Amino acid sequence: MSQYVLEVKDLKKYFPIRSGVFKRTIGHVRAVDGVSFDVKPGETLGIVGESGCGKSTTGRMIMRLTTPTDGKILIDGKDITHAKGAALRESRRHAQMVFQDPYASLNPKMSVGESIAEPLVVNKVLSRDDAFERAAQLLDTVGLRRTDITRFPHEFSGGQRQRIGIARALALNPKLIVADEAVSALDVSIQSQILNLLMDLKHEFNLAYLFISHNLAVVRHISDRVGVMYLGHMVENGPKSSLYADPLHPYTQALLSAAPEPRRVKRRERIILQGDVPSPANPPTGCPFHTRCPRAMDVCRSQMPKPVMVHPEHWVACHLHG
Amino acid sequence: MAEPLLAIRDLKTYFVSKHAEVRAVDGIDIDVQKGQIVCIVGESGCGKSMTSLSIMRLVPKPRGKIVNGEILFDGKDLLKLSDREMADMRGSEISMIFQEPMTALNPVLTIGTQISEILIRHRGMNKRQALDKAVEMLKFVGVPRANEIIHEFPHQLSGGLRQRVMIAMAMICEPKLLIADEPTTALDVTIQAQVLELMKKMRDETGTAIIMITHDLGVVADMADHVVVMYAGQVVESVDADTVFEQPKHPYTRALMDSIPSLEEDKDVLYSIPGTVPSAANFPKGCRFAERCPLAQPSCFEKAPELREVAPGHLVRCDLVS
Repeated sequence: MSQYVLEVKDLKKYFPIRSGVFKRTIGHVRAVDGVSFDVKPGETLGIVGESGCGKSTTGRMIMRLTTPTDGKILIDGKDITHAKGAALRESRRHAQMVFQDPYASLNPKMSVGESIAEPLVVNKVLSRDDAFERAAQLLDTVGLRRTDITRFPHEFSGGQRQRIGIARALALNPKLIVADEAVSALDVSIQSQILNLLMDLKHEFNLAYLFISHNLAVVRHISDRVGVMYLGHMVENGPKSSLYADPLHPYTQALLSAAPEPRRVKRRERIILQGDVPSPANPPTGCPFHTRCPRAMDVCRSQMPKPVMVHPEHWVACHLHG
Repeated sequence: MAEPLLAIRDLKTYFVSKHAEVRAVDGIDIDVQKGQIVCIVGESGCGKSMTSLSIMRLVPKPRGKIVNGEILFDGKDLLKLSDREMADMRGSEISMIFQEPMTALNPVLTIGTQISEILIRHRGMNKRQALDKAVEMLKFVGVPRANEIIHEFPHQLSGGLRQRVMIAMAMICEPKLLIADEPTTALDVTIQAQVLELMKKMRDETGTAIIMITHDLGVVADMADHVVVMYAGQVVESVDADTVFEQPKHPYTRALMDSIPSLEEDKDVLYSIPGTVPSAANFPKGCRFAERCPLAQPSCFEKAPELREVAPGHLVRCDLVS
């Protein structure tokens, strides 16, 4: 038993850009460029960032749906960075994933029972009959009816399908669930149902979540700790109370001030960033954020800032601190 | 109060097929004053987008049909105009921007051609004049390199830039009314903040009224002068924006507010509205929200409530509110 259910060390993923007749590699998209963090058992780490910051690629590497270019991933103390076959299947018993689009992530030709029972049968955990019995229990756990087991995905609404996806992820009693934008496609009233379900399940089964989302309010609600990503780097990581009360990185500050809060009281001055995120195929030198940073200094253009611990367990990679 | 710029009266837009009659918009009244920003909020399927398409007379044919009502714009009933007269209105007096700019822009025409087309059609300019005006407008909405971008195609631009181009196109004839259907839903928060800021600036400088369709109460708090909450094809609450956030009256509006996680405070458990929206093909005979309403009385299931004025300028469709 390891102290951490998930450890990620200096993880990188470069996608080659190929061009020309011979498809020679002419460059790389640095989707994830040296990210490190860890998750304790029963803890929820939220990862926020805008499109293209590498948050989904990070989640997919942890599930080994894509192979890291460099770095290390340890699940429950075991290095699975290059695991294959049986070892990889074993790692997926400990870590499961819930996807954004419950329409696309369930096989339309399989009944709900078959979808949920499949991981149990594939991993030879239970016999087919027992697996279906367990599937019925799981449907109950996620707030659906046991009798729904014979129905097909198209018979359910979006929120119900997301519940099925969660039931399937729970089937193998994982320690970690990677949830990639798991509530983003849902309407607010359904979103709150699913968030409450995820939090109930966490307490019931002592689950750890890696909760990836672009929605800062949702992440604040569900997470214990939050990591902020920008252009393939994690720029800040800290306990939620500390990070939301005292965001240290100028990007985190801008992100928090830009997110509209559903209240009419006047808030602190909004920081509006200029321009777009640079292309990860051609990232800027020095700090990745300096091209849009309202407080950029000369050193930011040439040197990559190192992470500095500012508050307990709350670190930031920014030249303004340190 | 002055004569409203736009007055929708008892509008009904149905989708009729052999088997069913889907009442997407079922008798709504909305007023928009000159220069006002009215936000229409609601979840998927509440009829908010169909309302905007009805104003533009762009309801998908042949199934969709406006079966009843008046849409008075500057005193003229848009539903009585000929197709030709309506075409003169679109883009000139009333224009619209959509959620996904990539599907709304023509992929095979340059940006310059698409913007100047409108001026040539509505303002009788020649190509040269129209292109000059297009560049001027693009600069106004904050598009960098406007001189070059008019020769580029939509796929060469980022999402935020495309949405700026859409706004430039919509605003180039200085319409009296702009309809924006989820204009920032596909954008990242920092880009969303830029676009919302731009829309407010547009309104302040040209006096254009804006109808903004959104499901995001954060955007509403940021933008709205007046808010219309829709549920199951009907208006359930209509009031100025301060009141809707401080003293929402309809149980649905209140439930929505309680369902969203906050950026600034911790909520232990989110309120979640049980169940799902009733099918538009088969509405219950009583209140359409009764089944999900925490306050519902037996009488709510019997008699459909009318939209009533419970305080000056505050309309609520609920018999329990006094």
